[in-house]
Amino acid sequence: MTTHQTPLLTVENVVKHFDISGGFLDQLAFKGGIHLEKTTVKAVNNVSLFVNKGETLSVVGESGCGKSTLARVILGLYRPNSGKIFYDGQRIDHLSHEQWLPYRRKMQMIFQDPYASLNPRKTVRQTLEEPLRFHNPKMTAQEAVDKVAYVMEQVGVDPAWIGRYPHEFSGGQRQRISIARGLILDPNFIVADEPVSALDVSIQAQILNLLMDLREKHDLTYLFITHDLSVVRHISSRVAVLYLGTVCELASAKDLFESPRHPYTRALLSAIPRIGEKKAKHIKLKGEVPTPVNLPSGCVFHGRCVYARDRCRKEFPRFNELSNSTFVSCHGVEEGWDLG
Amino acid sequence: MKTKLQQFTESYFLYSFRRDMVAMASFAVLVIFLFIAFAAPWISPMNPYDSVNIDIMNSEIPPMWMDGGSKEFPLGTDNQGRDMLSTMFYGLRTSIIIGLGAVAIQAAIGVVLGLMAGYLGGKTDAILMRLADIQFSFPYLMVAIFMSAIFQVVFGAGSFEQMAIPLLTIIIGLSNWPMFARTIRASVMGEKNKEYVEAARVIGLPQRIIMFRHILPNALTSVMVISTIQVANAVMSEAALSFLGLGMPVTKPSLGSLIRAGQEFFFSGSWWITVLPGLWLVLFVLVINLLGDWLRDVLNPKLYKG
Repeated sequence: MTTHQTPLLTVENVVKHFDISGGFLDQLAFKGGIHLEKTTVKAVNNVSLFVNKGETLSVVGESGCGKSTLARVILGLYRPNSGKIFYDGQRIDHLSHEQWLPYRRKMQMIFQDPYASLNPRKTVRQTLEEPLRFHNPKMTAQEAVDKVAYVMEQVGVDPAWIGRYPHEFSGGQRQRISIARGLILDPNFIVADEPVSALDVSIQAQILNLLMDLREKHDLTYLFITHDLSVVRHISSRVAVLYLGTVCELASAKDLFESPRHPYTRALLSAIPRIGEKKAKHIKLKGEVPTPVNLPSGCVFHGRCVYARDRCRKEFPRFNELSNSTFVSCHGVEEGWDLG
Repeated sequence: MKTKLQQFTESYFLYSFRRDMVAMASFAVLVIFLFIAFAAPWISPMNPYDSVNIDIMNSEIPPMWMDGGSKEFPLGTDNQGRDMLSTMFYGLRTSIIIGLGAVAIQAAIGVVLGLMAGYLGGKTDAILMRLADIQFSFPYLMVAIFMSAIFQVVFGAGSFEQMAIPLLTIIIGLSNWPMFARTIRASVMGEKNKEYVEAARVIGLPQRIIMFRHILPNALTSVMVISTIQVANAVMSEAALSFLGLGMPVTKPSLGSLIRAGQEFFFSGSWWITVLPGLWLVLFVLVINLLGDWLRDVLNPKLYKG
């Protein structure tokens, strides 16, 4: 992987906080006089990453670390509080609905839950034709039907089922239809938000293989969100590890799995069960993941990190590039502490 | 591919309908009521709206099974000499037209506002729902009386007779929309966070299309249930307004104004002028409510999914 080409997608210092403080009365606080207090969930904090053309970047992390929020910010479903997002060199995060439309054709999304992501009142045909007709108003009915049939074949759903409703399909088939909806506009870039985690294990492999085949056939670029580390190693070219809305480490899949640098990445990877190991060498982290409402000061991981020093408690670590284009945000790695 | 008809005959909806005696009986009675209402001009013995047919000498004739009753007037006559049976047929017709019309208006306003409040959220939601709260905190009859007073002033009391049906429809329609708005809002709030809505947004569809073509069809079941019950409520509201003298004029009586007209003669022995249309109204409302209850049970997703 070279980092010298222009990345297809660049995310720069993106921050997304959600206000959950509710109405005026909920915000009233009486600590030392009356004042208004806002409660925010800090879902994504200062995330920077880039996705090169043709690669699969996996974003991994535990539940609630902001993976899905990041995906939705990238696709403009949420507006970031600050930071910039570039697609093919064009800034897209501040665009209006109309200005977004050309990018909608190029960036699509595949959702997690195939039972919720298809409108139960629409047939497969309606679901698949709608984006086509909307973005190509001049398209004739025959062209639309042909295109839908072609894409259905590509994802392995019999085009004869075009008139059926989602409830007539199994979970795996639904996910294929959902993928077909993502592909129908011929996008270049696809954000897959845990596309297999709601599926049966035997179906997971099928869907993953399908996604990988489609990548080759259609020259796609994926941002793959998952919490399943065994999947990540097989499908991704690079991996970003997210913890509490912050990227800990961004490295090629090979480097990350062979020589993880960040203490959190190491703990995470040690949790993958391996065949043949007599005694698992799990790195046990102390404590719990802090709430994203009150982020820890300094490095978000310092409360659970065995190597944490004073600097970690005070200062937010920079996202540094090491050799071989690995990025790590850790004071310890930066200063070369002995990290075991 | 199944045809629509096949889908319907094999549906859970029809299955549970055929197993429920109450629902079937109510539905049968409702169909009879609807038939009578819309065929009233052809099946009733006389046209009570046409003063040529009315003879004041025939007033207060008791039903035919009582002393002094006549075969000509099976359910007796009212204080103006109109045949009770025909008047009740015509009254039911008026009541149903007003009821259905009012519910259509309520649903149109309520669905649009509820959808906007639920989907757009934030300030729109706050303003629309406070508006609904304000309207709810007035008794609906007061709102209706207030509005009918304004309409009567604007259009003049004289022309009220011709305008009575559309006016009552609008008045009852406007005074009850918050019911629909709230129900729709609640189900829209549940739907709008589902992934198919996000998928539609990723495609770039405009909000209007997402709201009306994606969310609304999925939120409509709750509307079906309350619409049936609201028809019964609208018919009762109309009867109440007419009873108070703000509804249908005596020359074109609805069931409510018939009950009111008869009430003056109740203690002089002519009970049938009040009691018969009263029972007629009660039966009609009861049947609709029973059907509404059954519909709610069938469509309740917690009891049955599909």
